[in-house]
Amino acid sequence: MMQLLKARAETFLQYRHLIRELVIKDIKLKYRRSFLGYFWSILNPLMIMAIMVIVFSNMFRFDIENFPVYLIIGQTLFNFLTESTTQSIFSITGNAALLKKTYVPKYAFTLSKVTSSLINLLFSLGAMVIVFLFCRVRFTFLFLWIPFILLQVYLFCLGLGLFLAQAAVFFRDVQYIYNAVTTAWMYLTPLFYPIETLPEYLRQMIMVYNPLYNYIFQFRMVVMYGSFPDAATILSGVMFAVFSVLIGSWCFLNTQDQFILYI
Amino acid sequence: MQQTQKGQIQKGKRNIRLALEVIDATVRFNMASERIDNLKEYFVKLVKRQLMFQEFLALQHINFSVKKGESWGIIGTNGSGKSTLLKLICGIMKPYEGSVITNGSIAPLIELGAGFDGDLTARENIFLNGAVLGYSRHYMQENFNRIVDFAELHDFLDMPIKNYSSGMAARLGFSIATVVQPDILIVDEVLSVGDFAFQQKCERRMREMLDGGVTLLFVSHSIDTVKSLCKYALWLERGQVKGCGRAQEICDAYMQSLMENHS
Repeated sequence: MMQLLKARAETFLQYRHLIRELVIKDIKLKYRRSFLGYFWSILNPLMIMAIMVIVFSNMFRFDIENFPVYLIIGQTLFNFLTESTTQSIFSITGNAALLKKTYVPKYAFTLSKVTSSLINLLFSLGAMVIVFLFCRVRFTFLFLWIPFILLQVYLFCLGLGLFLAQAAVFFRDVQYIYNAVTTAWMYLTPLFYPIETLPEYLRQMIMVYNPLYNYIFQFRMVVMYGSFPDAATILSGVMFAVFSVLIGSWCFLNTQDQFILYI
Repeated sequence: MQQTQKGQIQKGKRNIRLALEVIDATVRFNMASERIDNLKEYFVKLVKRQLMFQEFLALQHINFSVKKGESWGIIGTNGSGKSTLLKLICGIMKPYEGSVITNGSIAPLIELGAGFDGDLTARENIFLNGAVLGYSRHYMQENFNRIVDFAELHDFLDMPIKNYSSGMAARLGFSIATVVQPDILIVDEVLSVGDFAFQQKCERRMREMLDGGVTLLFVSHSIDTVKSLCKYALWLERGQVKGCGRAQEICDAYMQSLMENHS
């Protein structure tokens, strides 16, 4: 067991360059030949947020103070979740040509997709800062907790991504099913409405079982309400992340030898 | 057949002078009458009890071992399992039964430029492809000029690879893969693209590497090349070893059988 772990760690070290190169490739190609380049990462969330703010402050009214801030936090984390996991679904099947022709650790592709999504998320934090400044959010030392929130989300998405990537090798319709799942997930996460509008039982369910809401909640606590999230919330957030990675990589490592027969 | 048994005897000794050893390896494919790759069909078939699995053995109980510095040609008709054997040795596939042991670094030339991304320029692809083979960016930087010199692509370095001809891409792929002296070089019918001059150049480079002590596994339908480049040959037919020994004899026997089948 220890030997296996050691061998795995050595392969990882040997191929860390590959993961780096793949991340660089993704980021370079995303905005290649677009005039504004990386600015889109900042501009895009700002534009979407502006539209949502207009829609929700005129058509449906929710009593949320600092609505743009409330919205952009939820929106950014949700976008990261969908982007990283949807990209993961195609990470193995999309690199079939390469996997058939040379040996590379297969998780490198999934890991690099989630990581390049994380870097896009870091770019879009720029948009967040602009909104914070515009809405006069007070920057405090509590903001130092944000990297830990992002780490939790990253690990959670990595685990989910690994699970989906291996499932998609055997069953191609996972992508369509997951599409429906993310739509449901979007409405079951208070991104643009306050959680208080939900009936009591649903509220409980979401607070306990929706990891995404947990991370958004931690983020909003720190930024909007100027207080540190309570221990129970953090504990369950960390648990979601750890279990997601464990289950995801367990499924992936157990099925990866059969990928070659299905891609 | 005698040679095959010899391979089995060596298994006990675990010879460190061996570059690679294939012990009783069997590769099984699942040849379902139609491939099921989505959940919907899977459940429909499951309910109708039509989930059939038809076994197909691409390789059956292969035994063979290669000493360090030897050059082996692998010959056989289409579908005899040559490429599957190479994939097994590279680690792209895992044997269903038996095992494969390799000592030292492997440079697989199974399809040149398998790791190229069409949207990236040649310069960027050199680093990406190097990373696929497990080399660091720093290392590739040091050897960058040698790669470009050998491929003779100075004028096209900043052009996206998708605009390259297949011959040009193959040239670049070959020079990246052979920039280092690997311990084991695996070549699968890749030199058929590229013009005559470059084929000669590649053959020269392979001879140089052989003189430098590399172990060569070479799959080709060109019997003359196998005879001139390799000292030993392995003849596969329908996934089984038909002959194994000196290249001259095996190639002649192979040609003989081809003639007989035709007439």
